[in-house]
Amino acid sequence: MDVRAQVSMVFHLDKCIGCHTCSIACKNIWTDRKGTEYHWWNNVETKPGTGFPTLWEDQEKYRGGWERDPRTGKVRLKLQGKLGTLTNIFYNPYLPRIDDYYEPWTYDYENLFNAPLSDDQPTARPISMVTGEYIDTVEAGPNWDDDLGGSPVYADNDPNLKNLSPEERRSMQELGNLVFFYLPRICNHCLNPGCVAACPAGAIYKRGEDGIVLISQEKCRAWRMCISGCPYKKVYFNWFTGKSEKCILCYPRLETGQPPACFHACVGRIRYLGLILYDADRITWAISQPDEYLVEAQRSVILDPFDPEVIRNAKANGITDLMIEYAQRSPVYKFFKLWKLALPLHPEFRTLPMLFYVPPMQPVQAVQRNGVYETVDAGQEGLAPMLAALEKNRTPIKYLASLFSAGNEQIIREVYHKLIAVRIYMRFKKVGDVTPGDVQRALQLGQTTPDECEAIWRLTSLPTFEERFVVPPLAREMAVENQFPELDPERRNYPTYRAEVGFGFRKAPERRW
Amino acid sequence: MRTVDILLFVVFPYVSVALAVLVGLYRYFFDRFSFSSFSSQFLENRALFFGSAPWHYALLIILAAHIAGMFTGFWSRFIAPPSRLYPLEAFGAALGLSSVVTLGVLFVRRLLNPRIRKVTTLPDWLLVIVLMLQLAVGVYVALFYRWGSLWYMYTAVPWMISLAKFQPAIQYVTSLPWIIKLHYLGGFLLLAIFPFTRLVHVVVFPITYLWRPYQVVIWNIRRRFAPAR
Repeated sequence: MDVRAQVSMVFHLDKCIGCHTCSIACKNIWTDRKGTEYHWWNNVETKPGTGFPTLWEDQEKYRGGWERDPRTGKVRLKLQGKLGTLTNIFYNPYLPRIDDYYEPWTYDYENLFNAPLSDDQPTARPISMVTGEYIDTVEAGPNWDDDLGGSPVYADNDPNLKNLSPEERRSMQELGNLVFFYLPRICNHCLNPGCVAACPAGAIYKRGEDGIVLISQEKCRAWRMCISGCPYKKVYFNWFTGKSEKCILCYPRLETGQPPACFHACVGRIRYLGLILYDADRITWAISQPDEYLVEAQRSVILDPFDPEVIRNAKANGITDLMIEYAQRSPVYKFFKLWKLALPLHPEFRTLPMLFYVPPMQPVQAVQRNGVYETVDAGQEGLAPMLAALEKNRTPIKYLASLFSAGNEQIIREVYHKLIAVRIYMRFKKVGDVTPGDVQRALQLGQTTPDECEAIWRLTSLPTFEERFVVPPLAREMAVENQFPELDPERRNYPTYRAEVGFGFRKAPERRW
Repeated sequence: MRTVDILLFVVFPYVSVALAVLVGLYRYFFDRFSFSSFSSQFLENRALFFGSAPWHYALLIILAAHIAGMFTGFWSRFIAPPSRLYPLEAFGAALGLSSVVTLGVLFVRRLLNPRIRKVTTLPDWLLVIVLMLQLAVGVYVALFYRWGSLWYMYTAVPWMISLAKFQPAIQYVTSLPWIIKLHYLGGFLLLAIFPFTRLVHVVVFPITYLWRPYQVVIWNIRRRFAPAR
């Protein structure tokens, strides 16, 4: 048992209102530089939709992540083998182009002030931030498909729809039946990252102490395989410096006890952050499982931080007592492992993403009858009228399974049964218009208990800042000590210059040669 | 020996190698951030496909042949039968021509595509022009001074070996036609400008990827606390 610690995350989609505050918080801190204008280390997508970059989920197009040989059960990079990487290094056939994202632009604001007197209002024409030339028609931008559920251009081309029956697809397009939800995405800081594996220079690495995946800007040589290798397209190429960049999980903030900026800024309070312990020895086993077992396999990689055996092994691996204590308080452990409510995004990419999503509750199914909007009765599950039956979800279970469980619909059903049970139980408690029999049935179906419902409800609706963000003590100060063994409090010979320790460039990150 | 010959065929090669090594090392240790291939594929894909991949492959083969020729014992046996020499020369000339054409594609791409122009620096232009001249001269030599695979072993190779032994013997090259001399000097010119341009990506070609494990994990504090495992 090789116990390691990982900072991991849960996004509760039921609470996401799609305001993009997270994206802006991130952009303002990290990606407002030249070459990174189009980077959205945090972005919020509308599902169904084509996402950012366009059709990122289509791995036949981009060949990200890993694939399993169904005969041998062996897993290999979907992009290419190691020799293939070196032979394709002069031209990567699967590299997305800037137009798969969008060409960043600003506006010619000056014209608004300097335009000569005329009969028409002056306009501010868009200007490309790459070339500095005017763009006649802006054809794509960040969140170009925002809120366009049901649109024939965006929603209909969502790769997750391909396994749906024609009726299911039709129902998702019907007026009055349209549905969409938001999917905020950051780097998943995977346990088996495709970007790290694809980088021939070895510039991308996972930090052993906390699992944050980073790109060494000094070692990156623009071989650009990571961009293809990441199935989530969360490695971005800085076209100006010729280096790849990605979400750093705001590690400078984490190391000073603050949650990442996107977490901190989240208006809907959908984000949870905490430490989990996992068994690195079981990664190879977990990623080799057939699709339908992937979520369960990933759950079994996560260890119980209360188990004495786990604690013993963790300590043997140098994980401090304090870190173990924080792992025990982790909301991520509860959502993903204990309650089994949170699911990884596209587990079939086999990178073991460490960002988990609680799927969104479904809008109530309704029809218009005589000008009245009526909820459909819940049918077989008898949980009506406040919650529509699962099978009548506006978003088909199959669609959600394609997103969160590699097609395993049973897992999605179990999650929803539990979520519904929590609602029914709490309604029974707070409003009291549900019969005890219905509550019993709901609890049974959701395989949960009143205590668990209460705990889920508490962490879902009323969590404090400290409950949502259990930022582990990353003991970075000790790492610094390790780098400067001669530090002496008597002589006060601390590294006192800016950028001497910690992160940051000591030279401007631009081309000088 | 004329002074100019000594300058060109003794001083200049030594200066080139010194520049390549010293500036290269300086750049590697003090500005490693700049060691990059500066790929522009992300901004433009199509012309790059017709330019980059064939150009690199053609050049690698040509370069390999130039290096193989330095092992005169092996090389002279290898090309002795005309059934090898003729196709080899023809193949070499064809590769040379294609490298000129594909570099031309890359040059025009850099010149005409506004996005690529934005990520092109002066050293880039210098490099592409010197490369283009060197390749063009090389192809001219291959076509009009045939059997270079043979006479290379009796001109440039002994000259370079004499330089490496610090006993310069420039008589091997001084009486050659000026265009051949130009090609020889062009090679050293490339070496001289190598550390100042994006050509440095050659020396960081990630061959270690072949035996590296897929996943890279870096520990900062583990060693301090953990017992050895």
